[in-house]
Amino acid sequence: MNIDFFGSLPLVAIWLALGAIGIVIQAFVRNNTKLVFGYYVGTLALTAFLAILSSGAKGSSFGGMIVLGGYAAYFDVLFCGAGILAMLAARPYLDRLNAELDEFYTLMVSAVAGMMLMAHASNLVVLFVGVELMSISFYVMAGFLRTDIKSVESALKYFLLGAFATGFLVYGMAMLYGGTGSLDYVEIGKAVSNGTATYPMFLAIGTVLMAAGLSFKVAAFPFHQWAPDVYDGAPTVVTAFMSTAGKAAAFSAFNPVFAAIMPDGVGGITDTMRLALAVMAAVTMLVGNITAIAQTSVKRMLAFSSVAHAGYLMMGIVAGTAYGHSAIVFYLTAYMFMQMGSFVIVGYLEREQGDGSDIENYSGLSKQHPMLAAMMAMFMFSLAGIPPFAGFFGKYMLFYAAIQSGYTWLTIVAVASSVISVYFYLGLIVKMYFTDAPGKKTTFATGTAGFTIAICSVAILLLGIFPWLLTNIISTW
Amino acid sequence: MPTSIPLDYYLILSAVLFVTGVVGVITRRNAIVIFMSIELMLNAVNLSMVAFSAYSGDIAGQMFVFFIMAVAAAEAAVGLAIVLSLFRNKQTVYVDEVNLMKW
Amino acid sequence: MNIAALIPLFPLIGFAIIGLFGKKLKNEKLIGIIGSGAILASFAVAGTLFVQMLGMPAEDRLSIVKVYTWIATGSFTVDIAYQIDQLSLLFTLIITGIGFLIHVYSIGYMHGDKSFPRFFAYLNLFVFMMLNLVLASNFLLTFLGWEGVGLASYLLIGFWYDKKFDGSHITWTGDAAKKAFIVNRIGDFGVLIAMFMLFNLFGTLDYTTINDSATVVLSPNGTAVILITLALFLGCTGKSAQIPLSVWLPDAMAGPTPVSALIHAATMVTSGIFLVSRTNVLFALAPTTMAIVAGIGISTALIAGTIGIVQNDIKKVLAYSTVSQLGFMFAALGVGAFTAAVFHVMTHAFFKALLFLGSGSVIHGMHHEQDIQKMGGLKKHMPITYRTFFIGTLAISGIPFFSGFFSKDEILWYSFLNGGMLIWGIGALAAFCTAFYMWRVTSLTFHGEERFDVAHVHPHESPKTMTVPLIILAVLSVVGGLVGIPHVLGHYLHIPNLLESWLEPVFAGGSALIRQHTGDHTSTELTLMTVSTVIAIAGIMLARSIYSGGPEKSDALKQKFSTLHKILWNKYYIDEIYHMAFVGPILAASRDFLWKIVDVVVIDGIVNGSATVVGATASVLRKAQSGVAQNYALVMLIGIMALLSLVLYSTH
Repeated sequence: MNIDFFGSLPLVAIWLALGAIGIVIQAFVRNNTKLVFGYYVGTLALTAFLAILSSGAKGSSFGGMIVLGGYAAYFDVLFCGAGILAMLAARPYLDRLNAELDEFYTLMVSAVAGMMLMAHASNLVVLFVGVELMSISFYVMAGFLRTDIKSVESALKYFLLGAFATGFLVYGMAMLYGGTGSLDYVEIGKAVSNGTATYPMFLAIGTVLMAAGLSFKVAAFPFHQWAPDVYDGAPTVVTAFMSTAGKAAAFSAFNPVFAAIMPDGVGGITDTMRLALAVMAAVTMLVGNITAIAQTSVKRMLAFSSVAHAGYLMMGIVAGTAYGHSAIVFYLTAYMFMQMGSFVIVGYLEREQGDGSDIENYSGLSKQHPMLAAMMAMFMFSLAGIPPFAGFFGKYMLFYAAIQSGYTWLTIVAVASSVISVYFYLGLIVKMYFTDAPGKKTTFATGTAGFTIAICSVAILLLGIFPWLLTNIISTW
Repeated sequence: MPTSIPLDYYLILSAVLFVTGVVGVITRRNAIVIFMSIELMLNAVNLSMVAFSAYSGDIAGQMFVFFIMAVAAAEAAVGLAIVLSLFRNKQTVYVDEVNLMKW
Repeated sequence: MNIAALIPLFPLIGFAIIGLFGKKLKNEKLIGIIGSGAILASFAVAGTLFVQMLGMPAEDRLSIVKVYTWIATGSFTVDIAYQIDQLSLLFTLIITGIGFLIHVYSIGYMHGDKSFPRFFAYLNLFVFMMLNLVLASNFLLTFLGWEGVGLASYLLIGFWYDKKFDGSHITWTGDAAKKAFIVNRIGDFGVLIAMFMLFNLFGTLDYTTINDSATVVLSPNGTAVILITLALFLGCTGKSAQIPLSVWLPDAMAGPTPVSALIHAATMVTSGIFLVSRTNVLFALAPTTMAIVAGIGISTALIAGTIGIVQNDIKKVLAYSTVSQLGFMFAALGVGAFTAAVFHVMTHAFFKALLFLGSGSVIHGMHHEQDIQKMGGLKKHMPITYRTFFIGTLAISGIPFFSGFFSKDEILWYSFLNGGMLIWGIGALAAFCTAFYMWRVTSLTFHGEERFDVAHVHPHESPKTMTVPLIILAVLSVVGGLVGIPHVLGHYLHIPNLLESWLEPVFAGGSALIRQHTGDHTSTELTLMTVSTVIAIAGIMLARSIYSGGPEKSDALKQKFSTLHKILWNKYYIDEIYHMAFVGPILAASRDFLWKIVDVVVIDGIVNGSATVVGATASVLRKAQSGVAQNYALVMLIGIMALLSLVLYSTH
């Protein structure tokens, strides 16, 4: 059993901090949210730092169950970054609702730990543990406002459907195991590409069930219906976190799993599955974008738009090429910043105005909060894929990956559905800029959420103008 | 010993259990019963896992089963808590009555 | 030539300064100076480059200025790089030159507006994006500019968002902005698809590489090149308001008038012509596409021209006129007369900016009245505006030796030579309409009696910041055509066609692929030139006879028609015949058919119809989201069953 200690540092650090020290601190220091908040922000920062340090240490550890460096290390940084941004936004948000309990931060960090496992996984057991750690944390976080019926409803739906999907996911894992005799990605991949599976039929069933289980996690059609309701009902900061980092984690697992079970040039079920995933991707973006048009709540509209983005991202999986995978990584990063930024703004205004996130509340926002409106407009333009924002490049890379692999029709659907999406993203901008507020004038402090919004908007501008900042990193893997 | 009963038998039993669980999730209204059905699905998976493991002589599958059981326990804890807070807020455990968010 | 990177930098700096600190500056003059100064600086740099370039041999004039590598993943590398050549420099000079004048004009026009800084920030942003569009050395950077100008245009159309606006299916300025943006996105879709296809075939998006290797990679009139060029042209129909995506431009007039002049007449709408010119080799390889371009261009020219006749909003007339002139340019591109198209871009930029700014001056002086039926007699109240507007009218009508004459005539000549009698005939008819409606506007606005409430409305001449740009543009509208005097005239006067030799290297690749008619056509060309002059004058004369006394004149004539005096009024008798035989049907046809049916019902209907369909689908689809968790579980289950059966079926 080889253990590459240096490369495993980020994982070890977050586990030690979370399990050994974090729980102890909370046991002795009750209700000191400031301390716990600071401690966990520090933990994530340290973990991210260690991940950057160890990013060059490529290899595997823990008997080959975990891959290190490069891809996984990058996702470590991404998840920790998302965690920090979400925590910064959460503090003022929860404070306003008198719901700031220190357990919130513990849950968030345990979700991050789960995500990191997913990105590092090279074995189905590790993937399963990671998925469940993340999901169970999310169930609790979604229902964190335990006296708010919408929050509880969203937790219930998420939990029931999530557990249901887990059943299929793990059944799929069992089938892959039965079909190939191994839980290791590499071994499974060999069995698939050499055609040496013991039971090809189990392999086929396993592939389908894995695809279904992971599609649930990324919210792709027809496994997407939970997402709008859950994202709508959950506390907005939680939505900001789980609709971005959660999706990124699911895709970070999707990539290597499907590279193993659906390798290029095998033919047979791989081609059928690719086609099926392509159709799913196309329907996902159409359903997401078209349904978003009919929404009057900005939060719910963004929830549907996040479904649509899962469809765009799946194009990279469908393409199945190295380029497709790097497109996914780029778009996930861009998506994380723009989606989180816009959800944080939604949460921020929601607590300010106290009457939900109806689009009418956004009229005249550019007058009351010009900076906030400008950043929201930037996020919307980026989500719509308009240059020079990061969203454009991500989309461009994904579309191109699909074309390269011969899925021209999918790209045409994607471009058409992004034309549709302009309608509602722009609708919000029209509300903010081209209408007047019905005479309300308020001033309030953003608190630490301001950092989140500012960092997100700077990031999408930087990634749009200097995309090589990220593509250079990706190309070293 | 394993060889006396063919692998297929285990798998068919497991599949039947799994489908029973799925049908339970789709048809029952009570959140607790739905949850029990999900547990049934997971246990069906455990059965398949163990059977595969025993027949291939590979220990990894049986290891996996421990993880599944641990996770199922964690899910039970969280799930019951969620159902409890639902009941506190809405005085119901029927899933079809929980549809505040739709469209 | 590294200073070339400064050209787009100045407007960007201007945008940043005004955008960030504009509100704090609180000084209109300072903001105006920063805004216009940035553009002037770019113009100066472009001018320097121009002078440098003149001193070089033609083959050295192309240079690529790389700023940095934008994106590099594997085989996909795109630089932020500017291609400085004759075409991009010409467009840069037009954009910054006219842009500067319009900035200066805006200082006066926007005086006192509560969002004065915001306006200049957007204008500078627009110029920055437009410069990226034309200077880009590759498709992706052009696309950045392409989307960017769309964004700036969107922000500026909706600038006075609280204003009511009477457009087709639109009552509100914000909607007009949204419509423009979304219609443009449909076109952008084409450009995006074309880019993907090009990259797949060529492995690069650089213009020079694609143009050089196009003849090797693509087979002439093959499916690939036809699809690529059609997709590109779809983008052009969006940005340059050609049928079927022409609907947004008239509604874009909801924006402030300087915006209409800069963006929706002089620069942004010509980016379609730029893109085709830039990729002339590709288009030349696809004669099928060229024929479509010519057909759509010339039909747009005629349909928009006839619609212009019946409009009463001064800006709407100019808007339809712009659509019509852009149609001419596309017709020229379609028949392979690339130089003529670019020439018309230039002259049109002069006189259309002039006309729009003139109309802005009128609107300003009339306290935001835009209906020409309620004007008249402004000649004596606004002498400078009148004189310059009059020059603009002559230029656009194609009166000899004004700039529009040379460029329009060149287009008509090549339409005849390469496109045949039909295209020439439609073009000539459209040119007639142009002369007619422009005279009608001039006449109703400035001539005759005052039809407004003289006691309450006191029209006044606009301030110097507005009239000086008008005068400069008027001078350019007169002399601007001299750079492109056709050989047939220049031959006698010993003046070469400067523009043609300037642009020759840019279009060499495309022109070589197009069958050129050789031989001596001097007499034909001169004849056609005379014919088109006569057409322009006829249009003006006809309009003059009908509208010189105001819009009631034709009605008044009808009263007299029944009396015996009619023979004595022989002159007007002829007018009536004209009216009955020619103008009447055209008026009726354009009002009842082309405008109300084709434009409002068919073209608008398609655009609005697809929006309705999407909206209806949305309200159905959302019902699928029932809110009950078990229904979702059922959908998931069905999905899994479908996937399973698909995969298991395919393995057997």
